[in-house]
Amino acid sequence: MTARDLIPIAVLTLLAALLPLVVTSSPVLNFLVFMLIVALGAQGWNILGGFGGQFSFGHAAFFGTGAYVTAILQLRYGVNAWAGLVLAVAAGAAVGWVIGFLSFRSGLRGSYFALVTLAFAEVFRILANAASFTGGAAGLLIKLDVHPANLQFADRAVFYWLVLALVAAVLLLTRWIQRSRFGAQLVAVRENEDAAKALGVNSLTVKLRAIALSGGVTALSGCLYAQYFLYIDANIAYGSWISVELLLAPIIGGVGTVFGPVVGALTLHGLGEVAKQFAGRIPGIDLIVFGGVLVLAVAFARGGILGLLERLRDRGRGMVTRGPKEVSHAGR
Amino acid sequence: MLAVDGVSKRFGGLMAVDSATLSLHPGGIVGLIGPNGAGKTTLFSMISGFVAPTDGRIRFEGTDITAEEPHRRAERGIGRTFQIVQPFAGLTVCENIAVGAYLRHAKRADATAKARDVARRVGLGAELDRPAGRLTVAGRKRLELARALATEPKLLLLDEVLAGLNPSEIRDIIPVIRGIRDEGVTILMIEHVMQAVMNLCERVYVLAQGRMIAEGPPAVVCADTRVIEAYLGHGAADRLKAEGAAHG
Ligand SMILES: Nc1ncnc2c1ncn2[C@@H]1O[C@H](COP(=O)(O)OP(=O)(O)OP(=O)(O)O)[C@@H](O)[C@H]1O
Ligand SMILES: [Mg+2]
Repeated sequence: MTARDLIPIAVLTLLAALLPLVVTSSPVLNFLVFMLIVALGAQGWNILGGFGGQFSFGHAAFFGTGAYVTAILQLRYGVNAWAGLVLAVAAGAAVGWVIGFLSFRSGLRGSYFALVTLAFAEVFRILANAASFTGGAAGLLIKLDVHPANLQFADRAVFYWLVLALVAAVLLLTRWIQRSRFGAQLVAVRENEDAAKALGVNSLTVKLRAIALSGGVTALSGCLYAQYFLYIDANIAYGSWISVELLLAPIIGGVGTVFGPVVGALTLHGLGEVAKQFAGRIPGIDLIVFGGVLVLAVAFARGGILGLLERLRDRGRGMVTRGPKEVSHAGR
Repeated sequence: MLAVDGVSKRFGGLMAVDSATLSLHPGGIVGLIGPNGAGKTTLFSMISGFVAPTDGRIRFEGTDITAEEPHRRAERGIGRTFQIVQPFAGLTVCENIAVGAYLRHAKRADATAKARDVARRVGLGAELDRPAGRLTVAGRKRLELARALATEPKLLLLDEVLAGLNPSEIRDIIPVIRGIRDEGVTILMIEHVMQAVMNLCERVYVLAQGRMIAEGPPAVVCADTRVIEAYLGHGAADRLKAEGAAHG
């Protein structure tokens, strides 16, 4: 990775880190934290779906696993919250690996893979809703005990910084993937699996690594969600709402790009919030906005917002550089 | 170096390859010719691991690789191109070739340098940053060759890399193939362009309806009665001979 790869990430992270110094209202900070948690989960989805081309409709399976593992470890086993976070990530990666092993080894791709992930998430949701170990339908309440050692902070801004730092870390991770052999092989598998194999790419291993990483990152976001709101139940943690959010954000922002998931989460939730301000009394107005943005993105911006910006930039450049060349061409 | 021993492939009721035997020694260019649907591509797919034989063994450098995965065979040094080109359409030419180069070069800088090098050799030096999806037919054929070459194979399987090219493009690429051979890469090529086969191959195998019907120097094989009949139909050899006598 070169300075050119790192600087944009560093600058944007620093700018975002300054926000709590300006914005101090709790609802706004809550909104920002929630949005960053979604962005983080979406970054996880993007590793598998964006770079690997394996679209999952069930990333709730990882989000929920992260949330439940940290909650259960703390509540039932008295494990420290920070250790819970690490174990939640490991559990998410393990669940990812298992789901990947079962589906990729039997050659599932495309919509079949999407359906299998959806099925896994639903099975987890039903199990978590039924078992008493997971608190059943009543859910789990993490004990309020504000102390940094418990991953609970008196100041919301601190949690914001924590999530932001993790989002930045995953931006770096994604940039590294993009610049590495692993990333090149992952993208090759996305573009044409047979051609990749002929060039010596072990497509199964590459996809398994991707889904484990993806599951780990999304589990991290689920764990942070539980830790921030201190309450989860099956419909929150394993609900299809989060599967949809995690896949929508990268598609809107720019699938298979480093910043796409973050831009997408920001756009979706920004617009959703604006819509709520203007038409707060209409229930589900933010979902209507999500749907509208998705339709627009699919119809007019196949590469998401970042893809659209890139095309506009190229077009702008083309006018400057291509103009004279075409003249000289015509002159010959 | 490669020993294909009585290999067969059945697709339902169709015997696409019927106990074909073929052996290659290191170095040189060997051709594999035969009419359409003879089973040539299927045989390549079995050698490179994409199709599992229903019968027979394949050995590479003394090791039985019949059951090995395609990527393992690529690691061993078997490279292939696809008759129907399979570019990574969303990636640039350089990125396409780099995927192959990464097989032996873990670092990005090394893989990219290797990719540029190979691109120049096959005449894609000017198109490095072009999306592969926007290449011409000739460009895509070159890209297939470049990617396989970037894996630094010992044995290169070329499946009709000249098909769809015009005579001047063919003339351009023949020296490239010869250059690859001169570096010590063994080449097995499927080809319909007979002029190129005559020009390049020391030896050819002829596959017809799944069976290996002839083997030898191209000039000898082309005069073989069975080969002529495989291409032109039963009795064709006699007719040709009669015609030749009448004209002579
Ligand atoms: N996956 C498959 N399933 C069923 N039949 C197949 C399959 N692949 C090839 N075949 C059949 O096997 C036979 C041999 O096909 P193959 O592609 O190997 O021929 P070929 O010699 O490469 O022909 P060409 O010169 O046209 O490329 C053909 O009849 C083809 O239709
Ligand atoms: Mg063929």
